[in-house]
Amino acid sequence: MTRSYDLEGGLVVDALRGASLRIDRGEYVAIVGPSGSGKSTLMHLLGCLDRPTSGQLLIADRDVSTLDDTELAQLRNETIGFVFQSFQLLPRITATANVAMPLVYRGTNRSERNDRARAALEAVGLGHRLDHRPTQLSGGEQQRVAIARALVSEPTLVLADEPTGNLDTASGTEVMHILEQLNAEHSVAVVLVTHDNDVASRARRRIRLRDGVIESDDGAHLSAVNTS
Amino acid sequence: MRLAEALRVAFDALRANRLRSILTMLGVIIGVAAVVILVAIGSGAKAEVEKQVQGLGSNLILVVPGSLEIGSTPTASRLELSDVEVLGRAVGNPNAVATTVQSSESVRVGDRSVFTTINGTNETVVNVFDRPIARGRYISASDVDTRRRVAVLGSTAARKLFGDVDPIGRQVTIAGVRFRVIGLFTDVGSTFGVDRNAEIHVPVTSAQRLFGVERIDALAVKAPTIESIPDIQRRILAALAEKYPGDKFSAVTQTQILGTIGQILGLLTLVLSAIAAISLLVGGVGVSNIMLVSVRERTKEIGLRKALGARQKDILLQFLIEAVLLTSIGGLIGIALGVGASVLAAAVSPLPAQISWWSPLLAFGVSAGVGIFFGVAPARRAGRLDPVVALRTE
Repeated sequence: MTRSYDLEGGLVVDALRGASLRIDRGEYVAIVGPSGSGKSTLMHLLGCLDRPTSGQLLIADRDVSTLDDTELAQLRNETIGFVFQSFQLLPRITATANVAMPLVYRGTNRSERNDRARAALEAVGLGHRLDHRPTQLSGGEQQRVAIARALVSEPTLVLADEPTGNLDTASGTEVMHILEQLNAEHSVAVVLVTHDNDVASRARRRIRLRDGVIESDDGAHLSAVNTS
Repeated sequence: MRLAEALRVAFDALRANRLRSILTMLGVIIGVAAVVILVAIGSGAKAEVEKQVQGLGSNLILVVPGSLEIGSTPTASRLELSDVEVLGRAVGNPNAVATTVQSSESVRVGDRSVFTTINGTNETVVNVFDRPIARGRYISASDVDTRRRVAVLGSTAARKLFGDVDPIGRQVTIAGVRFRVIGLFTDVGSTFGVDRNAEIHVPVTSAQRLFGVERIDALAVKAPTIESIPDIQRRILAALAEKYPGDKFSAVTQTQILGTIGQILGLLTLVLSAIAAISLLVGGVGVSNIMLVSVRERTKEIGLRKALGARQKDILLQFLIEAVLLTSIGGLIGIALGVGASVLAAAVSPLPAQISWWSPLLAFGVSAGVGIFFGVAPARRAGRLDPVVALRTE
């Protein structure tokens, strides 16, 4: 895939200059690389928040470039869970309401939404924080709420963008544990973008980006073998 | 996303910025309240005039000098008392022609005094107009012929001048001249705060001497049937044209007066409502402005919702509902204020405000429409936001 941006004044920036990769169900992948290497762009493409300029992206055997905005939204809703560096929780509503939000756009009724949101919060160890607002929670707890939100829609892929970037070491470790547990128990593919070498080293596969191309991918042949 | 959920989200958003929401609504509130009040006063005034003109009696033709069309200048009256006979002959029934000459004078009984309209009339008034007598008698032909100083009082005039004392047979002093009370009118309504029960009628001849005039102000002719009205109008105008060549007179029925007044009031209501509608428009622009601010403030939230699976349509609907909610709530408050103010105005002031069933409905519809109209642009902007860019916004 490539992705380039047209800037004002006719300037074209190639954020991703040709990256080929395959991620299988249940994988645990860390994407690393210096700033400006195309990590975020790749993340956005994988998350269907953006479309590649050229190339193909298949998610669950569906070619993303053939989907319109509405189908893309539905694909995100059903297949992908997001965890952001800055948590991205809505401050005015409770943890349960935050977690239930993806189900709102799926048309799930309210009582089922609440049940599933509660279950997801319990799964990340926040059963005692259901009605707290994000401002009443610690950073680690907020990120766990965000993970619960990513979980609640039972996705096949969770994308985590610097999930520990805003956390202290202890909270960061806790969050990583939860992600690993999620990966192991639900066979959800976890893709995380990180600067943190400790975090990256815990992943089973590391993809290193530099200047918009994949510099190294220590699991590429493995997954190719697995799927062939 | 379900509508109920979208409503809840919109409510939460409005509550989160309570003061801003209220201030934004204020524009809509004022606009809607103004429309409701002005329409109420306009239709109230129209209804009141219709009631009054209808109360003048049926098949009535009023004869006045000059033209009654909108924009024409009032003409000094050249009608005189002998025209009563002229018209009596023209229509073939002297009993169907009434006349009036009016002036406001001070009236005194002992140490009580009032300033009121003195109507110089002739004996046919009770027949031509529906002005029944409660007690005593009305002015007679001989009262008119002999310039007798007798007076018939409306109930308000009688109460103010005599209190609980029976006025019949007693003296009143009108502009320094003494008159004897011979009758009392049955109660009638008031027009625009002018109490017709305060009127005093005296023989037209006595009134002319009292006011020091030769003229009469107007003539009224009662047609026997509705069908005969056009013919009688023609005969009246022909007789007057013969007597006063070159002068213009109008012979109009209640229906024509109603039409003219209705036109004037309709125009007035339209102009006032248009002004009120402008304030509603300004309110709408305020809503649009605040919605744009709201979209900008919540760019990140929009990006997040999109990442979690919200479609463009969901986001658009959410912001549109917020705008419509803002103007609808403002509209309801405005209607409540407008109706309240109208009822109050009708109760304590001479303004005859009347709430019609359609004006609050219309006002609500318009304010909701304003929300849609002015909410669409910000909502579309929100819906089209690129989630990647939106999420990155700080």
